[in-house]
Amino acid sequence: MVKEIERAGIPVVHMCTVTPISMTVGANRIVPTIAIPHPLGNPELTHEEEKAIRRKLVERALEALTTEVEDQTIFEV
Amino acid sequence: MSFKVVHYINQFFAQIGGEEMAHVAPELRDGFVGPGMALNAAWKGEAVIVKTVVCGDSYFAEHEAEAKAQILEWVKAEKPDLFIAGPAFNAGRYGYACATICSAVQTELGITVLTGMYEENPGADLKDKVLMVATTNSAAGMRKAAPTMAALAMKLMKGEKLGASCEDGYMPNGIRRNFFEKEVGAKRAVDMLVRKLSDQPFTTEYPMPSFDRVPPNPAIKDLSKATIALCTSGGIVPKGNPDHIESSSASHYGEYDITGVDDLTAETYETAHGGYDPVYANADADRVLPVDVLRDMEREGKIGKLHNLYYATVGNGTSVANAKRFAEEYAQKLLQAGVHAVIMTST
Repeated sequence: MVKEIERAGIPVVHMCTVTPISMTVGANRIVPTIAIPHPLGNPELTHEEEKAIRRKLVERALEALTTEVEDQTIFEV
Repeated sequence: MSFKVVHYINQFFAQIGGEEMAHVAPELRDGFVGPGMALNAAWKGEAVIVKTVVCGDSYFAEHEAEAKAQILEWVKAEKPDLFIAGPAFNAGRYGYACATICSAVQTELGITVLTGMYEENPGADLKDKVLMVATTNSAAGMRKAAPTMAALAMKLMKGEKLGASCEDGYMPNGIRRNFFEKEVGAKRAVDMLVRKLSDQPFTTEYPMPSFDRVPPNPAIKDLSKATIALCTSGGIVPKGNPDHIESSSASHYGEYDITGVDDLTAETYETAHGGYDPVYANADADRVLPVDVLRDMEREGKIGKLHNLYYATVGNGTSVANAKRFAEEYAQKLLQAGVHAVIMTST
């Protein structure tokens, strides 16, 4: 799906935990996330801590969208 | 009595000339020409190339209907036991001509056909319709390709049962053939792993589908003016899953309005995904679709706007073809809505 969005001309960042799959399907901007059932959260933390981590990940994703890339790039957090 | 074969080759292999002679119209010659010699020799008199059709690659591409009609007429008159074309290696127009003329001979005359080419040759698109031997990408592979093609051709003429593609050297054509491996699966898997670990080539028994690539779009210049949309394969839907998105092998996607939604809660949203433990997403769907933090950032002016619609499906056993179709469709909606960038989340 990321590829079809990209093909339509819209820059897209893929936030996912299993980055090798993201590489295989052809996402160009990739941000690794926390875990498969809660990519953007961590139920072991308090709600505030969890939201802070989510914010950090989303900020990284937005950074990826504002960064020019020529090839598939993983934006480590 | 030996089997009769008609062979199709292009102007280059008939030694008429290269690109400058690619315009030549089809011509019928007696006996074998060029690479036909190796095939003929391999059959040791059991089969004989009685005629060779020579046709310029550009001629075939530009006058397909005429070329086909003429060649079919010649082949029909000859009534061969087999029509063989190429091998074309990685020559695109030649490969296309080989596959196309084989397909025509097979369907219109009911004559058994065989060709050979490199797997990435555009002609190989017809590999499910026309039996094709996989060759290397250059004519340097002729010495290997000719015996494989000759052996497979003989099998076909004798009406023998085809082996699996890996045994008989043809490109997998979607037809499964059972056979017994010499080694058990565990041994084969470990052998493969050892080869992989020592950087040696190995052949997988389960090739992954190949995915094409799309070049990245330019970056967003000014986030504070950008409209960002959320999409997910993690199955986040309004509570109750109003569109009944399947928990696996999804046949559709949902479009949901989040106007005025600041936070996804256990009361309002859930996941339809059947491929991961849903407890965490059901308790707080922001863990998969980060609406809450994007709303904060929208208020702070960090981003221009969070798009009021998000698109969701379940990426659990969903076919690549379906996923492609969903995103093709909603990407157009996103474009029309003036969305500048997308965050796609996956579980």
